[in-house]
Amino acid sequence: MKKKSRTKNQSLFARIQSFLDSQDDRLTEEMERDEEPEPPHESKLPVWGQTVEGLASGEIRFFDKIYPFAAFLLALFIIAVLLVTASRLPRFGGDSNPALNEVTERYLEDGMEETGAVNLVTGIILDYRAFDTLGESHVLFTAAVAVLVLLFDAATEKQDLLENRDYDLAGDTVFREGVRFLLPVILLFGVYVVLNGHLSPGGGFSGGAILGAGLILHSLGYGFAATEKLVNRKSYGALTVCSLCFYSLSKAYSFFTGANHLPSIITSGVPGRIFSAGLILPLNICVGIVVACTMYGFFSLYKRGRI
Amino acid sequence: MSWMNDIPLFSLIACLVCAAVSSVLKARAARNVTLGLLTAVFAGAVALTARGVLENTNVTYWMGHYPAPWGNEIRFGILEPFLTALFSGVIAACIVGGNRHLLSDVEEVHLNRYYVMLDLLLAAIQAIAYTNDIFTAYVFVEISTLASCGIMILRHTGRTTLAAVRYMIFSLVGSGLFLMGVIILYDLTGHLLIVPIHEKLVSLAQSGNYHLPMTVSIALMILGLGIKSGMFPFHFWMADTYGASTPASSGILSGVVSKIYIFLAVKVITRVTGTELFYETGLQNVLYGFGIAAMIVASVSALRENDVRRMLAWSSAAQVGYIYMGLGLGTPEAMLAVIYQILAHSLTKALLFLSASSLSDASGGSHSFHDLQGAALRNVPAGIAFTTGALSMVGIPLFMGFVAKYLFMTAALHVENKALLAVVALVVSAILNTAYFLRTVIRLWASEGNERFSPFRPSAGLVAACAVLVLANLAVGYYSQPVISVIQMGINLLG
Amino acid sequence: MASFLTNNVEVVAIVLFSIGFTSLLLHKNLVKKIIGLNIMDTAVDLFLASMGYVQGKTAPIVENGIVEASSYINPLPSGLVLTSIVVSVSVTALMLALTVRLYHRYHTLNVDEIYLLAREEVRRK
Repeated sequence: MKKKSRTKNQSLFARIQSFLDSQDDRLTEEMERDEEPEPPHESKLPVWGQTVEGLASGEIRFFDKIYPFAAFLLALFIIAVLLVTASRLPRFGGDSNPALNEVTERYLEDGMEETGAVNLVTGIILDYRAFDTLGESHVLFTAAVAVLVLLFDAATEKQDLLENRDYDLAGDTVFREGVRFLLPVILLFGVYVVLNGHLSPGGGFSGGAILGAGLILHSLGYGFAATEKLVNRKSYGALTVCSLCFYSLSKAYSFFTGANHLPSIITSGVPGRIFSAGLILPLNICVGIVVACTMYGFFSLYKRGRI
Repeated sequence: MSWMNDIPLFSLIACLVCAAVSSVLKARAARNVTLGLLTAVFAGAVALTARGVLENTNVTYWMGHYPAPWGNEIRFGILEPFLTALFSGVIAACIVGGNRHLLSDVEEVHLNRYYVMLDLLLAAIQAIAYTNDIFTAYVFVEISTLASCGIMILRHTGRTTLAAVRYMIFSLVGSGLFLMGVIILYDLTGHLLIVPIHEKLVSLAQSGNYHLPMTVSIALMILGLGIKSGMFPFHFWMADTYGASTPASSGILSGVVSKIYIFLAVKVITRVTGTELFYETGLQNVLYGFGIAAMIVASVSALRENDVRRMLAWSSAAQVGYIYMGLGLGTPEAMLAVIYQILAHSLTKALLFLSASSLSDASGGSHSFHDLQGAALRNVPAGIAFTTGALSMVGIPLFMGFVAKYLFMTAALHVENKALLAVVALVVSAILNTAYFLRTVIRLWASEGNERFSPFRPSAGLVAACAVLVLANLAVGYYSQPVISVIQMGINLLG
Repeated sequence: MASFLTNNVEVVAIVLFSIGFTSLLLHKNLVKKIIGLNIMDTAVDLFLASMGYVQGKTAPIVENGIVEASSYINPLPSGLVLTSIVVSVSVTALMLALTVRLYHRYHTLNVDEIYLLAREEVRRK
């Protein structure tokens, strides 16, 4: 294997080339390795492209025979109905459509005053219809936990895979200097998008994704160990949990005061300022932290060979 | 007692917070958190139901600072907390009873995540039950889809993963269609909250505008929920899903998750469109046909099955068929039968899945009928529990299932043009039910074939859970009248 | 027929939806199924976004303090699209994870083959 002889001061292109070469070896190696111990009945398992005998001999249940036809008919039916429906809907872009009613009017005319958000969409999703968005961030959390369940493998830390994943470009001067130059800009931009969610397009989800990408870039540029010193498993786990709890609890406070018509200590402030719009800014920060930590968390699991 | 209005909000938020916290706890602590949570949710929901019965009013609760057409809302009368209490109770019974299997089926490192998923599922169930907003319902339907997939895949076998893929595909088609329906409805009415949508739909129906899109949107929503809850032509995922999961998950998926989608469909019918408007669209005839077909076809599949858990899954599909048949009948009596059937099936199926798993433990872990011969003699508590469940499913008087079938029968007799077919289907399905359940029960108590396996002691949790479910079954079957009147009050409040 | 042309965005969204829907149901390959799922979700987003569009108006971000309903498009569908995007991302992640797991076990992406192999596995036990 060539990757053992890789030296720290090779040029970026040489390293990418050698990485690509090693990938070819790895693929064949991985296929050979996978076939041996893991599955219980390896002799039966087909390699890519090879068909299974049962398929040819028609050894499939009744369900599988009728399924394609039934699914095709269902799809055809639904498509036809939906197309006719689409043509009968209110006119596209019309300014007297049913959807433009008192609801929209209040969102547009009083939205800025009531929520303090200049970006009215943010005002709607994090204040008027905050319950939906509370659910939405937990959809993400549910999916993250479920993916972790599927991919996290505590029993086998795949040491042999780890070597192949060790392609951080920390030793490469060009790359590292590039990261040094770009990373502050990227992180700053991520923070900007998170913090300005109520003023301009953006918010927790998009900003968090930028921050997560920035962390991954840091890890590639400075080495995995360096990033783990910044944010390790414990800290991003704790951050995620704290953010989610803060999100739920602060929303509970807001719902509680709203429903019981109690005065709330959270005010909407002066629209247009960065510290305004009540809970929207902290909630955006929470969502940003959750998204960034989830993204980096999965990358870190991958690097540690746990996925 | 206005403080009681805050119960749903707090129990919902408690679920979300517990889910987040449980993700970093050890399995044992997470389990205790979840059990405490289930108790709290159950107690709160029972209290709310009691208050609902005493005061007989609906409470509307703002989720935020804005009133109805602008902000989110939840609303609860009697049925919403009643079903929440039922579902939290069933979930608690399932995890207590299925604990031994959970420990062996789920890897140690992932065990706390099982409870995270349950907390999220509980939050989603409450939100779907209480919500007064159709888009919120969609969001939480997605949470419950992901969480129920999560509680399935925690058992890491190839078969479970494949079943999960199939389940996800059907579910995703279902939620895609449901969302389409919601969007079209929004385009026509400009609202997402149920009450304003209903008002707008009534005036639209009077004016006769947008008749087709309106019908299509309602049909899409019902179809989407139907696919997710295992309505007849889309019930093929059930056997794999329930057959391959760990027993606690099977009980929860069959007893709780598919029922909450049905309750949402009931809400769409009674509250979003209103019963009158819904029955003008003619969609109930489709539901009626699918329901009748399911009662027969799924029962035949159950009869042909050689694996006890898959048999129970097919039987679930048949029971869901009863529910859709009832929705298709379209009378208030039928609606009563539908809600009672949700209650009966939820309690009985959880009991059957738990006891069946224990019986197969007494037969070397096999689910095939051949190995289960005499299992009840080796494992008497589980045998009694399974027999109770089976008798209830068959519809022997004194058990819940009898009351449900009786209600369906009387409801069907009052609908002129649908009575004949419905009665015939009910009778045929009852005969088929009897055939496959009694066949199983007789096999379980047969003394031959006893020699191969030694007697088996079921875990204390399983015995306790089964006992509670059996007692609930007998109690609700024997004192069915008060329960029926509570449900009737709830339905009146719903519509 | 004319309404197909005026509601062209909705019609395109439906066409995309049907492409996604059909591939989700009919493809044997899991990855193609997931691609179909994504097309379907995106089409729903497009459909939803088209509901909020109003001819000749701008994005609902208040500029120069103008708070008249007549100057902005309907902001609610945009908010719903955001929610729907997050949901579809989560669902896609879960489906891909399931696919990875199945591939590691059975070395194929074809659902029929996986089904047969899984059954074989059970039978041998």
